[in-house]
Amino acid sequence: MTDPVLELIGISKSFGPVQANKDISLRVMPGTIHGIIGENGAGKSTLMSILYGFYRADSGTIRVRGQEVQIADSQAAIAAGIGMVFQHFKLVENFTVLENIVLGAEDSAWLRPSLARARKELRSLSDDYGLSVDPDAVIEEIGVGMQQRVEILKALYRRADILILDEPTGVLTPAEADQLFRILGRLRAEGKTVILITHKLREIMEITDSVSVMRRGEMVASVTTRDTSPEQLAELMVGRKVLLQVGKSPARPGAAVLQVDDLRVTDAKGVQRVKGVSLTVHAGEILGIAGVAGNGQSELLEVLGGMRPATGRVRMDGQDIDLTGHHSDGRTRRARGIGHVPEDRQREGLIMEFFAWENVAFGYHDAPAYNHGPLMDQNALRNDTAAKMARFDVRPNNCWLTARNFSGGNQQKIVVAREIERNPRLLLVGQPTRGVDIGAIEFIHKQLIALRDAGAAILLVSVELDEIMALSDRIAVMFDGQIMGERQPDATTVQELGLLMAGMTGTVPGAAA
Amino acid sequence: MDFFTFVQILDATLRFATPLLLACLAGLFSERAGIFDIGLEGKMLVAAFLAAAVAATSGSVWVGLMAGIAGSLVLAVVHGLAAITFRGNQLISGVAVNFFASGITVVVAQSWFAQGGGTPQLSGDARFAAIIWPGALTKIRELRAADPLTQTYSELISGHAIIVYIALALVPLSWWVLYRTRFGLRLRAVGENPAAVDTAGISVVRLRFAAVLIAGVLCGLAGAYLSTALQAGFSKEMTAGRGYIALAALIFAKWRPWHALWACLLFGFLQALALRPDVLEGVIGLKVQGQLLDALPYILTVIILAGFVGKAIPPRAGGEPYVKER
Repeated sequence: MTDPVLELIGISKSFGPVQANKDISLRVMPGTIHGIIGENGAGKSTLMSILYGFYRADSGTIRVRGQEVQIADSQAAIAAGIGMVFQHFKLVENFTVLENIVLGAEDSAWLRPSLARARKELRSLSDDYGLSVDPDAVIEEIGVGMQQRVEILKALYRRADILILDEPTGVLTPAEADQLFRILGRLRAEGKTVILITHKLREIMEITDSVSVMRRGEMVASVTTRDTSPEQLAELMVGRKVLLQVGKSPARPGAAVLQVDDLRVTDAKGVQRVKGVSLTVHAGEILGIAGVAGNGQSELLEVLGGMRPATGRVRMDGQDIDLTGHHSDGRTRRARGIGHVPEDRQREGLIMEFFAWENVAFGYHDAPAYNHGPLMDQNALRNDTAAKMARFDVRPNNCWLTARNFSGGNQQKIVVAREIERNPRLLLVGQPTRGVDIGAIEFIHKQLIALRDAGAAILLVSVELDEIMALSDRIAVMFDGQIMGERQPDATTVQELGLLMAGMTGTVPGAAA
Repeated sequence: MDFFTFVQILDATLRFATPLLLACLAGLFSERAGIFDIGLEGKMLVAAFLAAAVAATSGSVWVGLMAGIAGSLVLAVVHGLAAITFRGNQLISGVAVNFFASGITVVVAQSWFAQGGGTPQLSGDARFAAIIWPGALTKIRELRAADPLTQTYSELISGHAIIVYIALALVPLSWWVLYRTRFGLRLRAVGENPAAVDTAGISVVRLRFAAVLIAGVLCGLAGAYLSTALQAGFSKEMTAGRGYIALAALIFAKWRPWHALWACLLFGFLQALALRPDVLEGVIGLKVQGQLLDALPYILTVIILAGFVGKAIPPRAGGEPYVKER
């Protein structure tokens, strides 16, 4: 039996009264891919930040290759052979690939010899691990998949042999994710150890050798991947049985509610973000828009929600909607029966410093039920909020807490409750479960389907392909501001959608079956 | 306009551009590291006062220069503490530096010299002398009679205080430091994405402090030049907005050293022109109000700041204190 390359013993870390890590122990074997799975707030990122020297543990020991190490800062982590690829890349956007790789690991005070050596080393690293990048490309001009490879190369250039990846597939297309997994497999074959942090069960099952599950700051299980199942892992993560797939009956689409014709959006820099999109959403159906982030879906939602002007034609129940004039605002849209769950709940959905009951009033604060002439009936509002929070199982059910005091899942429930409880004709939903725990995902998905069954039209935008597949009655794929094609969820595959998301329209042999 | 007048104007351009250039490079180092510095003005003013005051008292301009740089550095450290260590608002900290400098210089000057908030006139070793290059003519009458090459050599190239040459040499030096050294790479990186620097195991705080201190030294030079070379003594508010003009030049130059030189020369040229309304009148055939000419650099500043010179993208992390997060 070999010794673990990395061993954590009794790691604890508190932030004030919150204990983020409680007596965590973990053994990672060399040359393996070890998954760490857990819901948001389970303490995965805290644990990895301790490993990379961002935080000091309150207690506990870290052993690397049998040697006890003190990781006081990132420099110490690098020296111990630990490399980290963060969820949000730590790259200098206007530097070249080479400059980013060299930054902080220069050979001497002079740049040119360092860059020259790095160029050579980069070539051999690229060959060894199948990581092809152009050393002279500027970061902001290359795609996210390439940027991620730069992050991996950065770690390898610093001679890391334990590589930690934090939610690496969040920004990737399925094809890019597959490529990443091939690279990780190659790293494992070359004797490197990979720690993969994710909340996606599919990835854990697909690529890891062993997996550790975290829940509420504790390490609840460490198992060999082939001896477990997604259902078992989900149960371990949440602490109860969960439905991974919400059951839904076939849609019974009614009349067209939303008709969009040749919609075009140009952003402040003069770049066209939406290039002639046409689509229809019927009553009683969910139209899912799939696509990698940044391909115009956000802009599409913002236009429909009244947050930015556009050209083209949009009709609601057959009547034109004003896209540029005085009535192109969110308030008018709401009056027409359009509800909107924006993509970024913390910036667009809520005011983080406001109380829950104030947040629930937004957009509907002028409703007659809440007002006596010029005065607001705050009691009515609070009672109403408390009832909504109870129905949506928002915890804690206290409308006097500010939005910031709720977890991500509960914040999202507040937004969803506000919009759904108005019984919209059309609900615009952006990334409804981003950063939301599995339990809340299940709940929100059920609510969306219930709203559909009640006859509302729903336009769903999500970068999570699993979510699109689970909820949509029809799927449209957006790439570079255009709709590449429309598919039925039961007549397509993740691979086919993935190709469309990457802008390739050619059909895949066997994919249409 | 004869050639000699033209050379004279260029000569004045160079002299006026020097403090702007030093301040502009100070801002360049600071802002490239992500620390906005509108306190250039205040640092220059304190340095101008201390340089003149200490030079007047000690009789040595070099001691004065050191005092000026030291004064500027003290304010740089204050700005650094506020903006980097305590993560305060960089603009407010800069404004505070300017207000402090504007008040303290007059108060101290008055109690020290009792000459209406200024220092005595400096002369001899208390002032930077012009360096006369070998073979350069110095007498106006000889100069007027000389050939254009000699005129250019004697008037434009020769005959400046040492700080003028230092400022010019700092342009390629700054370029080299920024683009050819490890320090420069890290400095540019910390102004764009401090998280990248931090995760690479380099101290963001130390890098930013280094940049702010470099700005302190350069502002010290700029201020000392104003009171001990360009003028012969300190007078109340003698920086006259040069710190802000330097910031405008920095934006115009899009935070690049060589472009900073050209931008500062343009501003220097406008200031030089204001001293010779007769020349301008001769060239354009119209009498131009002196006040309008004086206002030209400031008008250009407003135009630049209003964004009429094309898109200038500042360092992306500029103005934001770095807070470590995952």
